Amino acid sequence: MARRDVAIVATAQRPNQVGSTLTSVELILPVINEVIEKLGIERQKIGFWCHGSCDYMSGQPFSFVAAVDAIGAWPPIIESHVEGDGALALYEAWVKIQTGECDVALVFSNGKTTSGPIDRILNLQADPYMVTPLWPGFDSLSALQARACLDSNVLTEADMAEVAARSYRDALNNPIAYAKENVTAEQLLARPYVTAPLRAHDCGVPVDGANAVVLAAGDAARGLAERPAWIRGIDHRIDTQRLGARSMTESFSTAVAAHKAGVGDDRIDVAELHAPYTHQEILLRRAMNLGEGTHINPSGGALVSNPAMAAGLARFAEAAESVFSGSADRVLAHCTSGPMLQQNLVCVMEGE
Amino acid sequence: MADLCAVVGVGQTKHASCRADVSIAGLVREAVDRALADANIGIDDVDAIVIGKAPDPLEGVAMPELWLADALAAHGKPVFRVHTAGSVGGSTAIVAAQHVMAGIHGTVLTIGFEKQSDGNAMWALSVPIPFGMPVHAGAGGYFSPIVRGYIKRSGAPSHVGAMVAVKDRTNACRNPYAHLHEPDWTLEKALESPMMWDPIRFVETCPSSDGAMALVLMSEERADKHAGPKAWVHATAMRSEPTAFAGREQVSPRAGEMCAEDLWRKGGITNPAKEIDVAEIYVPFAWFEPMWLENLGFASRNEGWRWVEDGITDIGGALPVNPSGGVMSTNPIGASGMLRFGEAAMQVMGKAGEHQIDGARKAIGHAYGGGSQFFAMWLVSNGKP
Repeated sequence: MARRDVAIVATAQRPNQVGSTLTSVELILPVINEVIEKLGIERQKIGFWCHGSCDYMSGQPFSFVAAVDAIGAWPPIIESHVEGDGALALYEAWVKIQTGECDVALVFSNGKTTSGPIDRILNLQADPYMVTPLWPGFDSLSALQARACLDSNVLTEADMAEVAARSYRDALNNPIAYAKENVTAEQLLARPYVTAPLRAHDCGVPVDGANAVVLAAGDAARGLAERPAWIRGIDHRIDTQRLGARSMTESFSTAVAAHKAGVGDDRIDVAELHAPYTHQEILLRRAMNLGEGTHINPSGGALVSNPAMAAGLARFAEAAESVFSGSADRVLAHCTSGPMLQQNLVCVMEGE
Repeated sequence: MADLCAVVGVGQTKHASCRADVSIAGLVREAVDRALADANIGIDDVDAIVIGKAPDPLEGVAMPELWLADALAAHGKPVFRVHTAGSVGGSTAIVAAQHVMAGIHGTVLTIGFEKQSDGNAMWALSVPIPFGMPVHAGAGGYFSPIVRGYIKRSGAPSHVGAMVAVKDRTNACRNPYAHLHEPDWTLEKALESPMMWDPIRFVETCPSSDGAMALVLMSEERADKHAGPKAWVHATAMRSEPTAFAGREQVSPRAGEMCAEDLWRKGGITNPAKEIDVAEIYVPFAWFEPMWLENLGFASRNEGWRWVEDGITDIGGALPVNPSGGVMSTNPIGASGMLRFGEAAMQVMGKAGEHQIDGARKAIGHAYGGGSQFFAMWLVSNGKP
């Protein structure tokens, strides 16, 4: 288990929007500046930088290279990049701090989801020989999963609508959320299907976003935040991607990661789950045994704003902020990657 | 504070311009199976997998580690993806080693791969950019002015690039896995090779390859109980700087110098030229050998080309560079850095076969990427630090 106590000490998130004309550097720069200003530290105090993004969403190989400009990497810095969500970049930073090589790390991610058809772009994650050429699309794959859940009575369309209604209502209190509406499940169920059995409200709204999070170890964290969000457990696991080769009605990789992260050891006050589809939130709750006592996605979650590749790190930012404010003591942040909840990262954080 | 980490298994594919006999998954499995066999363990003994490759558009699969989970038997395990441009093979091995050094996992499998025949690497590196100024130069076009800058600064004679090319292509003939096996190169013939991007001739250019490299890393606790040779990781270092700004030194980037200084300091090396027995350096264009010799602190400024002329970097020289044939003979971009790191490990493990440097005890693996702006290095030895 972890040797060093590491905590999130500050976060910054860009208001989610649709149709941004900014470059990735322009998206990232303000959140990096904001999180550093919040801490009031010199850039040189940051011993490691880690970035999460996806070339295919930027439409450009090596798109992350320009991000080094946003960091202001001079004199040269120690940094790395993951092809994926910023939450995975956070994991790499946590590993780096565990080696003792640095005490403070800045993690950031950007997702410009509305530049292209994200449903088709993410289709490129599938088996390139057998599945991608069929162009099932990300929504359709998720719809197959939802259908399997409905057919096996794991959940109902009304359950899914309840998830959406709660998320859209909670988003009314989140200034950076994109979609928000005072709506009931009943009203949502009257709306048409998009990709049956998914209605529009069942699918996360693609938005453009960026965020940054600072991690610090031990005394450095105590010096930087009044109430740091201490990482008590963090783990990620993957499942097979092959269609038909795993259960669509449960999430094995989430259950393993949650167990390793110590989710079941005590109550969870707030869980920020990266569930881009309503039925996936229900599967995640079941896999982690999250009950009535846990407030799920008070931010509105990825359903109301889904900046792909930044939506997972956004969950960390939201969960940590609830610790900073004192509104929660023990929180959970989750990130998923790949079609149909293929890969899952789970983290438990606590205030002192 | 950090634990020790050792390489206990190395496996690579036969590299070729087109491995039409395998899919991407098959290519990766070939390296993984060889690494596991070399370590004499099974995939069940692996706690976590750290995988790296260069841009996904090279093959047309977004985040292919997701789809590869099946081929890697990774169900229920952590799979972590790294992408740091051309240095990725090196930084992936470093991130994997850090999982061990941090005490998180005892046995980590790390993989770098690229199946460039599935796309067009040269132009995938230089596409029209939606929100930026296109370069449209390809890698050779990008780097040739920097090579010209080196020649002007150092006064190197124009045949030095060709000398490196002949050395690396000849070395590659001793490496059964190398892509290019071209035994007939002479300096005279190389100088007649067509000029591609002045002053870079065709022969002074790396090929485009399909290939993969895999390493098995273990904690000290496990490695101590593990039979067979080991390459102990004495130091790792990474540094990055922006692609371009006014006054940027591009021939010998500051990030590379700092990365090397950090590596030598962590590894307790005070005189790299004396203490390092063999170096696997990322040389995609021949002229980068003398340039990196200087950047790494082996040769003094403007003297790197003399090392080439004097045969110091030949097999049998005082500092053999790229006895495997290097990137100049095999370049699956996402694997190239890990090939350097893995070949360095093979040398100190005594597993390099025909291109083994006798008595190699300390070796470095080096990788760089982007516009000479991302650097990753490791120092390995047959003994513990």
